[in-house]
Amino acid sequence: MNELSQRRTHTLCFLIASVGLSDEQREFQKVAFDFAANEMAPHMAHWDQNEIFPVETMRKAAQLGFGGTCVHPDVGGSGLSRLDASVVFEALSTGCASTTAYMSIHNMCAWMIDTFGNNEQRGKYCPDLCSMEKFASYCLTEPGSGSDAASLLTSAKLQGDLYVLNGSKAFISGGGDTDVYVVMCRTGGKGPKGISCLVVEKGTPGLSFGKKEKKVGWNSQPTRAVIFEDCKVPVANRLGIEGQGFNIAMKGLNGGRINIASCSVGAAQACIQLTRDHMHVRKQFGEPLSNSQFLQFKLAEMATRLVASRLMVRQAALALQEDRPDAVPLCSMAKLFATDECFTICNQALQMHGGYGYLKDYAVQQFVRDIRVHQILEGKSIWQKMRPLQNQKFL
Amino acid sequence: MTARVLVGVKRVIDYAVKIRVKPDNTGVVTDGVKHSMNPFCEIAVEEAVRLKEKKLVQEVVAVSCGPQQVQETIRTALAMGADRGIHVEVSGKDYDSLGPLQVSKILAALAKKEEASLIILGKQAIDDDCNQTGQMTAALLDWPQGTFASELVIEGDKVKVVREIDGGLETIKLNMPVVVTADLRLNTPRYATLPNIMKAKKKKIANMKPGDLGVDMTSRVEVLRVDEPPQRQAGVKVESVEDLVSKLKEAGRI
Repeated sequence: MNELSQRRTHTLCFLIASVGLSDEQREFQKVAFDFAANEMAPHMAHWDQNEIFPVETMRKAAQLGFGGTCVHPDVGGSGLSRLDASVVFEALSTGCASTTAYMSIHNMCAWMIDTFGNNEQRGKYCPDLCSMEKFASYCLTEPGSGSDAASLLTSAKLQGDLYVLNGSKAFISGGGDTDVYVVMCRTGGKGPKGISCLVVEKGTPGLSFGKKEKKVGWNSQPTRAVIFEDCKVPVANRLGIEGQGFNIAMKGLNGGRINIASCSVGAAQACIQLTRDHMHVRKQFGEPLSNSQFLQFKLAEMATRLVASRLMVRQAALALQEDRPDAVPLCSMAKLFATDECFTICNQALQMHGGYGYLKDYAVQQFVRDIRVHQILEGKSIWQKMRPLQNQKFL
Repeated sequence: MTARVLVGVKRVIDYAVKIRVKPDNTGVVTDGVKHSMNPFCEIAVEEAVRLKEKKLVQEVVAVSCGPQQVQETIRTALAMGADRGIHVEVSGKDYDSLGPLQVSKILAALAKKEEASLIILGKQAIDDDCNQTGQMTAALLDWPQGTFASELVIEGDKVKVVREIDGGLETIKLNMPVVVTADLRLNTPRYATLPNIMKAKKKKIANMKPGDLGVDMTSRVEVLRVDEPPQRQAGVKVESVEDLVSKLKEAGRI
């Protein structure tokens, strides 16, 4: 029996996931769950094992409005709130965490252009990004600067009405296959205030890509270095003013962190359901595993961690959309907590599948591999611990 | 051009849920269980919306009978493209005993009130598998019916329906107004898009009671008992063909 083709029974898990949501949010969630179950889950193993970037499926999702969730409707977006988007990505992630994570990055880029771009830039890029006619990548990290993002070296020297870019970005999700690159680069002096944000289009002379990285997970999205060699980009492609780039990047990441955390939550929910189903089926010592008190307790713990993670993430989403002063630390805390807890859940789920959990025939190992990286990118867990303390209000 | 299509949508336990019988055997557990629109009703809504997109009908009205929660189901129909909804409030004991007879009376009354010329329903609901509402509605209205439709084409004031029957496919032509019930292969329902879900919020759902339509809700059916299907029995291995034949004779099968 191919577990991956078995439709997951939502019942109680689904209902807990929709607690506290408005009727409209439940409708969004329902569409996202259905899309995940019908269009993504049956293919997630195939995409993972063959390293396929599922362009057609993502475009179908975009037709439903998932390409620009928080982008304004006047440029093709769905105009959702942060909480709406979190609910959507959490549900989509139950179908494939890796693809949903890429979609959340794409959404982050579309939002950055929509929020910080002028009307020409919004009109030029957002409609195609919202429909996923074009795909986007977020370029901040470099070989020499990950956590220490503000020390980035990629330079952008002004020559007339062009910036000339030199440098390279590392670990770029979608790199090489995407069309629009949102690039943080140095136009001024050292530190965050010298950084600007430029939109670079694929095909620009001087823009090239490294080899496709071989990863433990996130295989349904290619990851490559993005290389700039005297790459000339019009000044008109700059989002906001010079020196605003770091601020734009960090604002983008607030939402990005919520969405990555949401993907972890969705993956954990899927794993709990898979584990529960497995426990009904698998017998040892003459009884189904579901009769084992120890395993019942374990499952209850996992469910508790899931609900706690979800609450943190949704609380942070609300704070962000209401522009509350505690929004940034809450986003960092939610990302820290949810990605760690949900990885623990998925890992535990793998354990409870026994030997079968280690086989690629079973979806649980893919969720484990896919969300492991959520503890690393968009703010390594250890730095997430620092950020809330750095906020003056907590000291 | 046909003015109005009435589409019935039923809120049922989601098809993927494992059904459990209540301990008192009076029914199945519905509290805290995921519900959604009956899959055949989804197909009916999809067909109606497609007719509207082809400009063959002017308005699609989604109807559901039940308690407050059925408004979710009507909203889903609105998000798929229906223009407005009608919620016929039925709750408590009336809802427990609600069946095809009462629903068809309600639909017939609404069809007259709304001056609908086409009613599209799912062929049956996945909870009771009655496969009666469409047929009863047509009988009450004295309208022709095209049931188990796998294809529906409007040709002027007539409707061509291809029906899936045991012997194959039967094509019939009916004079409007008609009742059509949707079968699985009629179409593949669309996902509601996020923008359409948001637009659906603004669409109107009218509330009414069966009494407003002059419908008698008394049930002629009483459910005595609900049980789980019998557990599948283990099989028996036999050594030879003679054994097999004697065992079959014992069981009265031959």
